[in-house]
Amino acid sequence: MDERLTSAGEDLLTIEGLTKAYPGVVANDNVSFSIRPGEVHALLGENGAGKSTLVKMIYGLVKPDAGSMTFKGTPYAPSEPRAARASGVAMVFQHFSLFEALDVAENIALGMEHPPKMRDLATRIREVSHNYGLPLDPDQLVGDLSAGERQRVEIIRCLLQNPKLLIMDEPTSVLTPQEVAILFQTLEKLRGEGCSILYISHKLEEIRALCDHATVLRLGKKVATCNPRQETARAMAEMMVGETLHVPQKALRVPQDVALEIEALDVPARTAFGTSLKGINMSVQKGEILGIGGVAGNGQEELCAVIAGEILVENAKLRLAGIPIGDQGPNPRRALGLLSAPEERLGHAAAPDMSLTENALLSGSARQELEHKGMIDWGKTRDFAKHIIREFDVRTPSPNTAARALSGGNLQKFVIGREILQKPAVLVVNQPTWGVDASAAASIRQALLDLAAEDAAIVVISQDLDELMEISDRFAALNEGRLSPPVEAAGLTVDQIGLMMGGAHDLEPAAEVTA
Amino acid sequence: MVAATPILLAALGELVVEKSGVLNLGVEGMMITGAICGFAIAVETGSPVLGFIAAAIGGALLSLIFGILTQYLLSNQVATGLALTLFGLGLSSLIGQGYVGIRPPAVEKLNLGPLSDIPFFGPVLFNHDLMVYLTLALCVAIWAVLKYSRAGLILRAVGENHDAAHALGYKVIHVRLLAISFGGACAGLGGAYLSLIRVPQWTEGMTAGAGWIALAIVVFASWRPLRVLLGAYLFGGVTVLQLNLQAAGFSIPVEYLSMSPYLITIAVLVIMSAPRKGKKGRASLAAPACLGRAFHASQ
Repeated sequence: MDERLTSAGEDLLTIEGLTKAYPGVVANDNVSFSIRPGEVHALLGENGAGKSTLVKMIYGLVKPDAGSMTFKGTPYAPSEPRAARASGVAMVFQHFSLFEALDVAENIALGMEHPPKMRDLATRIREVSHNYGLPLDPDQLVGDLSAGERQRVEIIRCLLQNPKLLIMDEPTSVLTPQEVAILFQTLEKLRGEGCSILYISHKLEEIRALCDHATVLRLGKKVATCNPRQETARAMAEMMVGETLHVPQKALRVPQDVALEIEALDVPARTAFGTSLKGINMSVQKGEILGIGGVAGNGQEELCAVIAGEILVENAKLRLAGIPIGDQGPNPRRALGLLSAPEERLGHAAAPDMSLTENALLSGSARQELEHKGMIDWGKTRDFAKHIIREFDVRTPSPNTAARALSGGNLQKFVIGREILQKPAVLVVNQPTWGVDASAAASIRQALLDLAAEDAAIVVISQDLDELMEISDRFAALNEGRLSPPVEAAGLTVDQIGLMMGGAHDLEPAAEVTA
Repeated sequence: MVAATPILLAALGELVVEKSGVLNLGVEGMMITGAICGFAIAVETGSPVLGFIAAAIGGALLSLIFGILTQYLLSNQVATGLALTLFGLGLSSLIGQGYVGIRPPAVEKLNLGPLSDIPFFGPVLFNHDLMVYLTLALCVAIWAVLKYSRAGLILRAVGENHDAAHALGYKVIHVRLLAISFGGACAGLGGAYLSLIRVPQWTEGMTAGAGWIALAIVVFASWRPLRVLLGAYLFGGVTVLQLNLQAAGFSIPVEYLSMSPYLITIAVLVIMSAPRKGKKGRASLAAPACLGRAFHASQ
């Protein structure tokens, strides 16, 4: 504590003129800011703005080309994460840092410099996790944990090292609202203990609720700083994007015929870490958007696969405009007008090493008549690909570019555009705007709304609740493979949604545990 | 036990390699390279111990070729491994041209005194050379290191999720190169055991598929050292049984008997990989999640 008192008033971490360039792109260009002790500092920016590169430099994963850092008053240039951890910098990653087949204690030991004996470590994990209201069982396999619990593992891993600065990269993207509330209480508690937090997110409401200070990056440059509590979310969004945001407009809707129905459907899990679907009942009308929320891994992928035809079910349980199609594969379904865009862009929705033209052919051949007597009509296919690229503002050198070479947002626009331009009767999309920047996300949402206005039925599976509230007519949530009964989306409160998403019943807020 | 030792050595090495997430199909090539390196040095120096050391070095050097190709130059592991086998077979017959038909210096059997005199168990368990017991010790050591030590934990972590390991600051490529050269050294020792003790002489292609069996045993053992021991001895037992049956003049054609170990291996593999109900499949049983996947530290 003494150390913190003496350094009060001084900055914990100062960054000056950090620059990092990769071939063809400058990820960070002369970025400077500083973090005070006990401050929650937000780093805001769209995808590709350079947030991740910047924190990787602070954590020692990437070496800056130019610029310097000062930590606790001394020059700081970590050559590797070990050095950063030794100085008191810890990081909670967005993905990629847990080992599913190892247990909680082993995962935590891997993130520590000098882990104690396994038995002592287990006791420490129980202690610390209990103190911060994040209960964990050290012997569980991480593969069996929910997303929220996995994040706890990461946080506890950091806390065991008594960090002075905790970096969090998009920590709430996989959490239910209740879990977010618990996380925020934990962070408040940490701040109270004098730990600074560098918080990366593009969820502006969260930043307004949590952060003292915000640095906004755009295309690698620092473009603004602000006090998030005094700004509106919209104003901050415009700082990020650098232009006025277009908000999707929703038209009024009258009830119509049912386009897609699922009745009392059970599907057993296909893999050890998959989810089985239990008693799914749902129906979507023409012109309606049904939003399905829930934390990842609760059956979203499976439900999408069932509707798309990747998992076949009993014929009568899935009906398209009254016609049973449960045992038809994806191609017959496409011919009938049921199209899908699965979550994983590379490898599932698009073949990474094939060109955009070829990818356009893969799902468009039946409805766009791109084949003739078994031969491919390349001219027509290329026109279709160009059409998608034009309509959806896909930024690519040419239709012959490999799908892998596109940025996530551009490929997502292509994948969604490919399905929308085929004029589907029913469209199911999983995570349509995942990893897509704000303006591209807005245009994808607008395209979905326009499609619904043309009487298509749309099922949107997403973890982004704001997105679902913005475009859905009705909302349902998946929890452990069960689908809640759909309700009107208008007028739903965050609490109600949280309860529908469930899965938060065993969590207690930090304050109550420690009291 | 003598029949099983070379396979056990090679399989233990390959187990460590696969645990680190690398699939090296060149076991056969590294074994036979080890066999000739060990044989040549033992003949030239008259010391089997130096022979074994040379075999380990030879196997490790060959495996480092594989390591550099796959880890730094990101070549395909399957193709590179197969090429390594063919290369090793060719290289060994080149080196071995002058050594055909020579007898290597003999390796003393360990004298365990009264233990060897116990009826039945004596000859079976206590009448072998030192390498047999060292191999057993190695097996237990690998098990303990993988399960309890930090080095073992890091090795497993690299094999499970190389991106995460990299993000935490572990040097994925270094860990893998170390594992690969350890695997090469083990395979080389296994080969030398064949040429110096089991046969003992040098003939071209003398490993005769032992490397492939070692690969199969790693899968059979579902990546667990103690099951590798079981698998190797089971296989060794079948090989010896087959020889004894031939010697006893059974009226079954020899070819069937020679096939039998391989058939049994395949049968066991099928049984092992058949889906089981009510068990957590992947985590407990199955392969390291990054097995065979190239790692590139892109930011």
